[in-house]
Amino acid sequence: MIRNRKLWLSGFALVLVHLLVVCARFFAPYDPNEQHRDFPLAPPVRVHFSDSRGRFHLRPFVCPWLVDGQQAGSQGYRDDCGQASPIRFFVRSATMREGDIRKATWHLFGVDAPAQVFLLGTDDYGRDLFSRLFYGGQTSLGAGLLAAGLSLSLGLLLGCMAGYLGSWVDDVIMRGAELFMALPWIYLLFAVRAFLPLHLGARQAFLLLIGVIGVTGWARPSRLIRGVILSTKERGYVLAALGFGASSVSIVRRHILPEVSSVALTQAALLVPQYILAEVTFSFLGLGVGEPEPSWGNMLASLQTYSILEGHWWMFASGLALVPIFLLFYSFADSLQAHFQIFDVSSEAARQRFS
Amino acid sequence: MKYRVRFGLRILILSSLLMFVAFASVPQAPKPDEDILIAGDAAGRRGGRLLASLRSDPKSLNPVTAVDVPSKQIIGLLFADLIHINPYTQHTEPALAKSWTMSSEGKHYTLELRRGIHFSDGHPFDADDVVFSFNVYQDEKVHSPQRDLLEVGGKSIQVRKSGPYQVDFDLPQPYAAAERLFDSVRILPRHLLERAYEERKISQVWGTSTAASEIAGLGPFRLKQYVPGQQIVLERNPYYWKADPSGTRLPYLDEIAFLIVPTEDAEVIRFQAGEIDVLSRIGADNYATLERYQRARDYQLYDSGPGLEYNFLFFNLNDLSSRQLPAVSRKQEWFRRVEFRQAVSAAIDRESIVRLVYQGRATPLWDQVTPGNKLWINASIAQPARSLAKASAVLRSAGFTRRADGVLVDAHGQVVEFSILTNPSNAQRTKIATIIQDDLTQLGMQVHVVPLEFHAVMGRIFDTYDYEAAVLGLESGDADPNPEINVWTSGGATHVWALSETHPSTEWQAEIDHLMQAQTAILDYRKRKQAYDRVQELIAQFDPVICLVSPHVLVGGKNTIGGLKPAVMGDYVLWNADQLFWSRNVAGKR
Repeated sequence: MIRNRKLWLSGFALVLVHLLVVCARFFAPYDPNEQHRDFPLAPPVRVHFSDSRGRFHLRPFVCPWLVDGQQAGSQGYRDDCGQASPIRFFVRSATMREGDIRKATWHLFGVDAPAQVFLLGTDDYGRDLFSRLFYGGQTSLGAGLLAAGLSLSLGLLLGCMAGYLGSWVDDVIMRGAELFMALPWIYLLFAVRAFLPLHLGARQAFLLLIGVIGVTGWARPSRLIRGVILSTKERGYVLAALGFGASSVSIVRRHILPEVSSVALTQAALLVPQYILAEVTFSFLGLGVGEPEPSWGNMLASLQTYSILEGHWWMFASGLALVPIFLLFYSFADSLQAHFQIFDVSSEAARQRFS
Repeated sequence: MKYRVRFGLRILILSSLLMFVAFASVPQAPKPDEDILIAGDAAGRRGGRLLASLRSDPKSLNPVTAVDVPSKQIIGLLFADLIHINPYTQHTEPALAKSWTMSSEGKHYTLELRRGIHFSDGHPFDADDVVFSFNVYQDEKVHSPQRDLLEVGGKSIQVRKSGPYQVDFDLPQPYAAAERLFDSVRILPRHLLERAYEERKISQVWGTSTAASEIAGLGPFRLKQYVPGQQIVLERNPYYWKADPSGTRLPYLDEIAFLIVPTEDAEVIRFQAGEIDVLSRIGADNYATLERYQRARDYQLYDSGPGLEYNFLFFNLNDLSSRQLPAVSRKQEWFRRVEFRQAVSAAIDRESIVRLVYQGRATPLWDQVTPGNKLWINASIAQPARSLAKASAVLRSAGFTRRADGVLVDAHGQVVEFSILTNPSNAQRTKIATIIQDDLTQLGMQVHVVPLEFHAVMGRIFDTYDYEAAVLGLESGDADPNPEINVWTSGGATHVWALSETHPSTEWQAEIDHLMQAQTAILDYRKRKQAYDRVQELIAQFDPVICLVSPHVLVGGKNTIGGLKPAVMGDYVLWNADQLFWSRNVAGKR
């Protein structure tokens, strides 16, 4: 029961995180690409509940940042509580700029201009990091899910074929898997990128990334699934079914797939964070989704410069966001494994194969 | 008694020997027969070791073949030239030539050399060394990069010895600022290199594995030790031909050691930790970081204002008829419209680039000459503020319209979409491109920033012409307009936006070609400036490249270094390495 509660909790939390990210447009107060050029590298805004006279306000308010000196970014900011601006909830706002047409949408919260509410501060272009975190999550979490889906389906297909058909099919697929595992895929992506046309829109770059991560990643799940199938194939009830004249299709459907599905689901929960990390790495290196579209990786990319790394801690936001999400995925995988009572399938399969 | 005499004799021999050794290695005060140049205004202290840094190992110590920046930096300290451009004043000043005369028609120069001075190995210097050096540099078979610079109107300069300390130079045609040609033509020691030259091995000598004793020059320092990947140590040249007003022979420093530090960030961290004494050219973000700790630490930062570097956006205006690039060719229809380029220029928020990319430590530009170039800037160039309204109006007049969804389309209904190339190794340039992208989005243009590895960017711009627009920076080695001919005239090697253009394809390009060529033969500065002013006007008006900003030259040095006068060209910090000194006694620590 306790095990189950852990499973449900982590599962629920994961769904929640993904929902938040999907509804980025509502939760993010600003357009992720809007450059607030007067506020580069502004620290996170302070949300106040009590004013300078110590009176408590139910509605939180923020004080607008004032730039100290002429050089923004280097000189720092201080907040000017003479012009406190209350945070308003469920606002309908349009981020309209001169000559720029953007649609008005509902936002969870916002403040009236000229005040700004940068909950997690801004980056070096003055873009709101809180908003970018949500929109960037769409890219990073989305890439993780989709790439895991892709590589798992490939792995499932090829692993099933190798494990069930055996003989030369098994040999070809497994040698192929070894080849794929030996591929230096960061360099592969560098090479793929160099051959592509210059215009690679954000969506194409995103799909390419998922393609490369997903396709290169099929080898591990397929080996695992092949192992499970090899062990299942030799079980008494499968042999009995065979003896009773069951067809291959019905054996795969009735006996093998149920055994495999639990392994595949657990494997998926382990693969998703790995692939999120892969996306973050690629975007960090400038190989993923290009500026200005946010991704958690390219949001971290500016930390490659010493001056930002040294003095602007809020730029780590997207890196820190990864930690609880990874923990959730791993605890989910853990409880899935416990739930399905999978105990080291691969070693069991190996034992059976060599005995 | 006998014993005592012998002992006394021994002391006498020993002391005379010691004196001989002392005289042989370190000539103290300048001798009366030496033509010493009195330099500097303050009397510094002798001694000490200065620690500087290089981004990479020098590839060669041979002035004839060296092309990379670290090699040139070291060579600049080991060797000297006849007439030198002072990076601080940007004017020429006497170096190994103590005076020169020009014939009235400007074709004939006579240089009077310093007498009685010596190479760093003690060998005397005379006119033969100068003639030998020019023969080497101008020899076709040697393939020296200096050779092109020594050509005037496509013909080489004739060099003749007219006395032991006098050399005549005949130019094929009058050439403005001809004395600037002599800058950076390092004089070679004939006694060491003549054999190698005769055996046609001159380009192979003086690699980085050469023993220090085999290299001799006329610069303030000589090579002491080189450990590849770690450091290169220079020691004082005891025969150097400059002295300070009080008669102390320069340089003051005993040694300069260059540590090999591969990245700017690493340099900054080591400077912050006190492991490096001077920082040559850092980015504005690192400057801001160092500035925060300036008071607590023992260093001083210098913002010398804009240098000679100009960053610009340009569109591909190459003739692509012979190449299979239909997509780019189609877009060139827009790029070739002056109105299109003017609208882009009007829409770019240069002030924001200065603030966001350079933290205020840059100067916006509307033409190629930066305020750092005191002699040649045209102060009357208009500096219009950013105006989206004006940009939109100009685009409308050229037939561009905005669709209902805000996207800009041309007269055929084509969506205006293009990409800007940058190299991510230059973080500032990528940031500039990202800001421009956002600026142009507000005009309804669809702009993509494409960061590519530096060599890929250069390949596309210079060889395949497969790009649409790019952000690039150029930095001239001299304030004079002559080195800029390559950039602005059609057919020039760095005529980046239209390298295929051998003849001017527009009227304004023809005028620029004419003015740039004409000014080389005008000897009067004011008339030359008029010509170059007009070139600047044409570039600001027709925007073949859209000039953006000129970053300030930002450098740093320990507080205790005396004589530091950062310049905006040349070797920013160490251009006057011979006059730097430790103002407090820190020599003991090092």
